Amino acid sequence: MIALLTRDLRLAIRAGGGFGLGLAFFLIVVVLVPFGVGPETGLLAKIAPGILWLGALLACLLSLDRIFALDWEDGSLDLLATSPLPMEGIVTIKALAHWITTGLPLVLATPLFGLLLSLPSGAYGPMILSLLIGTPALSVIGTFGAALTVGLKRGGLLLSLLVLPLYVPTLIFGAEMARRAAEGLDGTTPALMLAGISFGAMALLPFASAAVLRINLR
Amino acid sequence: MPELGKYAEAVLSSYAISLGLIAVLIVASIIRSRRVKAQLEEVETRRKPNGQV
Amino acid sequence: MNLNALWEYANPLKFMRTTERVLPYVTALAVVFFVGGLVWGFFFTPDDYRQGSTVKIFYIHVPAAMMAINIWAMMLITSLVWIVRRHHVSALAARAAAPIGATMTLIALITGAIWGQPMWGTWWAWDPRLTSFLILFLFYLGYMALWAAIENDDTAADLTSVLCLVGSVFAILSRYAVNFWNQGLHQGASLSLDKEENVADVFWYPALVCIAGFMLLFVALVIIRTNTEIRARRMRALLARERLGA
Repeated sequence: MIALLTRDLRLAIRAGGGFGLGLAFFLIVVVLVPFGVGPETGLLAKIAPGILWLGALLACLLSLDRIFALDWEDGSLDLLATSPLPMEGIVTIKALAHWITTGLPLVLATPLFGLLLSLPSGAYGPMILSLLIGTPALSVIGTFGAALTVGLKRGGLLLSLLVLPLYVPTLIFGAEMARRAAEGLDGTTPALMLAGISFGAMALLPFASAAVLRINLR
Repeated sequence: MPELGKYAEAVLSSYAISLGLIAVLIVASIIRSRRVKAQLEEVETRRKPNGQV
Repeated sequence: MNLNALWEYANPLKFMRTTERVLPYVTALAVVFFVGGLVWGFFFTPDDYRQGSTVKIFYIHVPAAMMAINIWAMMLITSLVWIVRRHHVSALAARAAAPIGATMTLIALITGAIWGQPMWGTWWAWDPRLTSFLILFLFYLGYMALWAAIENDDTAADLTSVLCLVGSVFAILSRYAVNFWNQGLHQGASLSLDKEENVADVFWYPALVCIAGFMLLFVALVIIRTNTEIRARRMRALLARERLGA
């Protein structure tokens, strides 16, 4: 399992793996927003949590189809399926690799991007925390969507259509947690709900993803 | 025709749109049903002369 | 009655024969209830003292909204039956129902918007219930798109079934999340069990007839569409065999 993880990480970091693409996309979203809504600091501070969450979500979405696509094309997915590793384990490792290469950099870059959007100073901690709790859920749910569409030629658009509605609860609680913090309110309830969704998704969705992947490899 | 008062537009348009959507759904279902039925019959009759069903 | 007899209808031929015998009656009943309910609601009910004539929109809005949810529930059940017992009819029924559900959701959304314009002064508000229905509509779209995208029938049935299961969980989660996110201005369910408090009988009875009409209409449509899907599937199988040179 560790070997698979390191292999996936190495593939992602190597050129063409798309590592950093999500981060660049996140940066562009954050830079474009003030052009769209105007440079007023008060307004930006008000919408910053939501924009940061949306940017993270879209950046995550962008790299989803890479989770299985390359392994599917060169046949290594079939090899993995016949390996002694259970499919659930493979799916979990894939999601973890996706999170380490996409989710984690986004979380780490958030303070910088918060600065660009004049996020209120008290909100940095909760903002980062909410993304730290929430992005694993995005990766796991996204892995399910990627497993659903793995065999399809033009799966990218369909993948977005399938995954985005599934992202709704995570987005709502994550953004709500950050927004409450930005307004100086107590964000414990949404934080707990977000953690619940995230851990629930991590615990249960790999089974669905594995089942779907088995069907697609049949 | 009942007196609908100032909301006549809202009531009538919602009835029109809903019934229109339902009508489209029904017509589409029936057309597709007919077409598939005819196609299937054609395929089945094409296969039968060869002695295979 | 032996419940196991129900599984006999998993045989596509038997299902088609029986449903096509029943279909004329169901259609006739559907027309009677649908037209009767709407005519009763539209022509022979008084206006509400607060909402005026817009109350008449509810004879469409409420049944459509109920059906939007019930059809998803039906798809969930048929998907489960497919996963557990592998009956093709079941999977195809779910496929046949999805566009009807999407249409019902769309009708509920549109009539809601038209009603909201004079009542709330806006076409659209990010009210929990409206938002949930919009999300439900997206779920229907995704489900139908997945069916359309996959060529192999069995693979498509399997994948959409799993999507339906996972989607159901997330749809419920979204419902609560959205509730939490915005308390909203929608009134509570207008046809809950404590209906005496909410809706007067003059509105309640025609609404019940309309709900029955929508349900019967759905049954008739699902029969037609499921049989179409069964035939289409058989045709694809025959054509595939033909291509193989059988």
